Amino acid sequence: MKELSLNILDIAENSVKAGADTVRITLTEENNLLTIRIEDNGCGMKEDFLRSVTDPFTTTRTTRNVGMGIPLFKLAAEQTGGSFSVTSRHEEDYPEDHGTVTQASFRQDHLDYTPLGDIVSTVTVLIQGSPDIRWVFEHRIGEAEVSLDTDELREVLGDVPLNNIEVINWITGYLKEQYQEIGYHSTE
Amino acid sequence: MKSLAELAEIKARMQNKVVLREGSGDIRVVVGMATCGIAAGARPVLNAFVEEVSNSGLSDKVTVTQTGCIGICQFEPVVEVFEADKPKVTYVKMTPDKAKEVVEKHLKGGKVITEYTISNI
Repeated sequence: MKELSLNILDIAENSVKAGADTVRITLTEENNLLTIRIEDNGCGMKEDFLRSVTDPFTTTRTTRNVGMGIPLFKLAAEQTGGSFSVTSRHEEDYPEDHGTVTQASFRQDHLDYTPLGDIVSTVTVLIQGSPDIRWVFEHRIGEAEVSLDTDELREVLGDVPLNNIEVINWITGYLKEQYQEIGYHSTE
Repeated sequence: MKSLAELAEIKARMQNKVVLREGSGDIRVVVGMATCGIAAGARPVLNAFVEEVSNSGLSDKVTVTQTGCIGICQFEPVVEVFEADKPKVTYVKMTPDKAKEVVEKHLKGGKVITEYTISNI
């Protein structure tokens, strides 16, 4: 993957597939350390599947026996001297409180750090693809913050779907303006 | 600054259009967005389709959606076009520029760009 924002898109697609109705994507940048956390309330994974989930030969896809999403994300973090973890609670074992948290930290001053890239595009593509999920996006850079919660938009929009093109364009502009306001320039 | 008031305006505009949208979705454009597709550049391809469909005034006729792995990872980004009573068209190794061309010639003009389809590989 050329951008970490593409890994985020890829990992969040797992949350969609897990049937989550809320997905929270949280980015924190502090002291040259970027932490990405993707949290969902989907069906979760059973313990033995979870143990093997960083193995490329573990996958939920049915077209191949290889799944590279999580291994690539883990590699991207570890090659910077960062860390990776995934925890999950399966719905059968935790009927009230199930879901998955995937978290990775990246040292931004490391030579092998992959730039974040176009994170705005990742957020809008996720909303476009799954407009009925509640997407909560937060990006904290030191004291500054960029955020979006689709529940707030839905309150205004009523039954106009979030994947309406004008809404998607509005979201793109809304996030870009927030980044501009705090002087953050690496979103393109 | 973008405000929620603008969203309310969008809502008001859309409500007038709801009636027009009935019976829409004649054409479905499906972009493969699994790890393979994303790594190969599916995100800008999807964005190009969403933008061009809207710019060409085809929003009432064409729906752009996403799917997982289609199974031909070596040809990603892969885009499938479904149209009632017509065979499925599979475009391979797509780029944003090719996407614009597909919207113009195929979705608008009704002519499949055989050069970009899987049958041409």
